[in-house]
Amino acid sequence: MQQDALILELQNGNERAFERIYQLYSESTYGIIYSIIRDQSIAEEVLQDVFLKIWDKASSYNSDKGRFFTWVLNIARNASIDKIRSKDFKNDQQNLKTDNFVDILEAKTNFSEAVDSIGLKKYIDALKPVCKKLIDYLFFKGYTQKETSEELDMPLGTVKTRNRVCIDKLRAMVIK
Amino acid sequence: MDIQKYISSGILELYVYGALSEKESREVSHVLKEYPEVKAEVEEIEKALLTLSSAAAPNNAEHLIASIKEKLTKSPTTTAPVVTPIRKIGWITYSGWAASLLLLIGLFVFFNRTNELREELSAERARNAQMEEQIANAREDAVKAEELLAVIRDRNVERIPLQGQNVAPEAFASVYWNTKESTAYIDAKDLPEPPRGKVYQVWSLTMQPLTPTSIGLLDNFEADDNKVFSLENPNQTEAFGITLEPEGGSETPTMDQLYVLGTVAAP
Repeated sequence: MQQDALILELQNGNERAFERIYQLYSESTYGIIYSIIRDQSIAEEVLQDVFLKIWDKASSYNSDKGRFFTWVLNIARNASIDKIRSKDFKNDQQNLKTDNFVDILEAKTNFSEAVDSIGLKKYIDALKPVCKKLIDYLFFKGYTQKETSEELDMPLGTVKTRNRVCIDKLRAMVIK
Repeated sequence: MDIQKYISSGILELYVYGALSEKESREVSHVLKEYPEVKAEVEEIEKALLTLSSAAAPNNAEHLIASIKEKLTKSPTTTAPVVTPIRKIGWITYSGWAASLLLLIGLFVFFNRTNELREELSAERARNAQMEEQIANAREDAVKAEELLAVIRDRNVERIPLQGQNVAPEAFASVYWNTKESTAYIDAKDLPEPPRGKVYQVWSLTMQPLTPTSIGLLDNFEADDNKVFSLENPNQTEAFGITLEPEGGSETPTMDQLYVLGTVAAP
């Protein structure tokens, strides 16, 4: 099914469309949530909440505002950030790690046939440190261009062009 | 509007991240609907990010769908109509059975036919997907070629030819060094393929005293079609050299494995 048609079906409350959306986006969404939360069972919980929200709020998605992927991404990042700021989370997660997605790839073993994370890890290693930071802030953590520019002490325009080069590299690695 | 320039500006990546303001995002959405090449680019970016973030998932989450589906708030369109059972007796029952049987046979035939059609359809879809991929690849190659051309035409770019040394007299490479952006593009088309377990490492050299600084590896050499690699080079380089090193690179260059070397013309 075409992406647009699938989203429309989702908005009409079609459960099969929802299942397909889950297949397409759950793993990626889970990766985003986990990279922020760093606790498998809490991340699973948040993942469920995120998909319930996708179902409930589907009608509020509007393609004029942005991509469906981006919309899902925002829900996932917001839900994760809300979670780590919540009181109960702070209590049992005193020492939140400060490392980024690269370490997750490092720590995990392969489980999925679709994603060769070990293979991918090798490529990610080849990315420059600045690329890892840019992708971590902009994609995984959802920083704005300005926040990223301040965090990395890099001019605003450079954030944009540098990141483009980094994503090009990533694309060359993953799309074969 | 220069679409290639728009694409290479990096705005589309920020758009997919959700890092643009709402107003900027709306503008990109608008451009995307107008230009198929922008849409294709955005889809490629999305695909790469989807793969990357999927790799960060700690385990498979497929099993969660069942419990999520139980919690879905049912929308009114999905509630089934209430069926009231009807009881009849006598010949109506028998003719009912006969009709059911006929219906079953009919359904069976229909089902078979549907399955055939479905198979045909999925074969057709697979062919289409293949075709799409080929087109996408061709387009990507074209975009890359154009980007390369833009790189070497830039006024801040200096070309440094690197000549083959003792170990490989026939080898040759060029560095296109953009001093303003501190990027060195290594054209390694005329370097031999590195043997297994070895990798080319690029060095920035300064003379008096001779100090080599690694600026990076030519990773995935065999897989790279155009053999052009971009590396960051913020150094005050006086010469560039490429050596063959064990996988992962070395701290200092292995000088008897120096393949090519070239000095930067004094400004």
